[in-house]
Amino acid sequence: MPYIPVTEQDQREMLTEIGIHSVADLFEDVPVQHRFPDIKLPKAVSEIEVLDELYGMALKNSSTGCFATFLGAGAYNHFVPSAIPYLATRGEFLTAYTPYQPEVSQGTLQAIFEYQSMVAELTRMPVVNASHYDGATSMAEAAIMALNVANGKRHKIIIAPFVHPQYRQTLRTYLPGKQVTIVGDENPQASLSDLKAMVDSDTACLIIQNPTFFGDLLDVSNLAEAIHQAGALLIVVATPIMSLGLLTPPGEYGADIVVAEGQPLGGGMNFGGPYLGIFATREQLIRKMPGRLVGETTDTNGRRGYVLTLSTREQHIRREKATSNICTNQGLMALMAAMYLAYMGKQGMRQVAELCYHKAHYTAARIGQLAEYQVLNSGVFFNEFIVQCPRPVSEINQELLKKGILGGYDLEQDYPERKNQMLVCVTELNSQPQIDRFVEALLALQGV
Amino acid sequence: MNIDPNARYTKTHEWVRPEGDAYSYGITDHAQSELSDIVFVDLPAIGDSFAPGDTIGVVESVKAASDLYMPMAGEIVAVNESLADAPESVNADPYGAGWIFKFKMADPAEFTRLLSADDYAQFTGD
Repeated sequence: MPYIPVTEQDQREMLTEIGIHSVADLFEDVPVQHRFPDIKLPKAVSEIEVLDELYGMALKNSSTGCFATFLGAGAYNHFVPSAIPYLATRGEFLTAYTPYQPEVSQGTLQAIFEYQSMVAELTRMPVVNASHYDGATSMAEAAIMALNVANGKRHKIIIAPFVHPQYRQTLRTYLPGKQVTIVGDENPQASLSDLKAMVDSDTACLIIQNPTFFGDLLDVSNLAEAIHQAGALLIVVATPIMSLGLLTPPGEYGADIVVAEGQPLGGGMNFGGPYLGIFATREQLIRKMPGRLVGETTDTNGRRGYVLTLSTREQHIRREKATSNICTNQGLMALMAAMYLAYMGKQGMRQVAELCYHKAHYTAARIGQLAEYQVLNSGVFFNEFIVQCPRPVSEINQELLKKGILGGYDLEQDYPERKNQMLVCVTELNSQPQIDRFVEALLALQGV
Repeated sequence: MNIDPNARYTKTHEWVRPEGDAYSYGITDHAQSELSDIVFVDLPAIGDSFAPGDTIGVVESVKAASDLYMPMAGEIVAVNESLADAPESVNADPYGAGWIFKFKMADPAEFTRLLSADDYAQFTGD
């Protein structure tokens, strides 16, 4: 669709229509002294000088490619096949904006449809929306949806302490003003059965993360049944999403809403954003689902076409009844996830997940042999695990950085009782020499 | 425009009709024709109680979404589950198969305060 700016004549006609003489008249309400503030800019310099300055700034950046990276905790360092940025940055995709007249943008709609379909297979959920901003906002929207499913008759959200701390913070940011209590994570030791026991007739949902923020796999047998018996919904945060290549997807153990951070699917780490909020649910709940849904249909001539089956209705017709502020989606990131999933295929996803799992277990076994370090996960874990260190993690990480190693996440930041505990993440990108270097560096930091 | 003589009406184009010891509730032929193809009816739950002026549900068509208003107090005793799969019955048969829910009226005298079929016909200009 071409973009045609207004001509001088258009502008004149519009000004005449509203009965003013110049565009400046529109700003009369702004006090004079603030109307045209004096903007102090440095003297103009040449393009050569600008580039020189910018390159100088850029050189101060580092990327995960410069380090052996063992940091995860929500943002994951996975391989992005070159085909994905190449295809996704084609102008047709890169410059496409959210389709306000959706059916004109058949390509955008088809890309979203393919994304929804593949994520539905990955999570084993029947409905996937066109995406949210990131995993944390997806989770907050899922909780709001659970409250809406209960029609305001249930006021309690139970959230596990082993859900990502920033996701829990986002939930609390989204919910003030609602008559809701958020419980469960006030006790950092609360187990899944403790949380299950808290579910009652006032509970809208139980939110868990599986694998947990600490990497552990939960025993979810009979969990959904118990939650449903109490009339509540089970929300599963499937972060890290890569685990679904190997583990039972939440759709198979009765989750009502599945959310996840989609960044690992071809998105790269991008200095923290843009990321991708995955959001999936069951057919019975579709009318309460935030966001939009693209569907496939045929036109009057029987040709395949794509439509916004479920648009963000509140945006158009019932704004005062809006239950969500999501009026858009992460189009480009969803496209990259779709490309990644198509590129990897079912076998590829399994292979990546297996590599993550095996390399993480190799790393954990090596660290476990060090006298002053201890791996704390007692059960099965995926690709993240907790290491009890002999010194504060922040100190260890400073030393590791000098050796070109990006250490794990310092859990004490969010869990004060977890002193000297490091959350280590291992992905397919960690080579054996990298892992060995990491273990040797940890060894060298013993007894200091 | 079709008007059921046995029902009484609201100015927001809903109808109420005695059914045994309860009342059934739906939207009028005029309303369904204004809304055009109905694609979804958001039903209340059995046991929900409501006060005069409350919104109790939503009818959504390809063109618009419209709230369902309650002119009096009462409690839901039945809902038309078949609308989940066949919302178009509200278009095809608004006073029959397209009924939306049944309710107990807190004060049955309220029924006669609704518009009669003739008054409603006049109100819609038929």
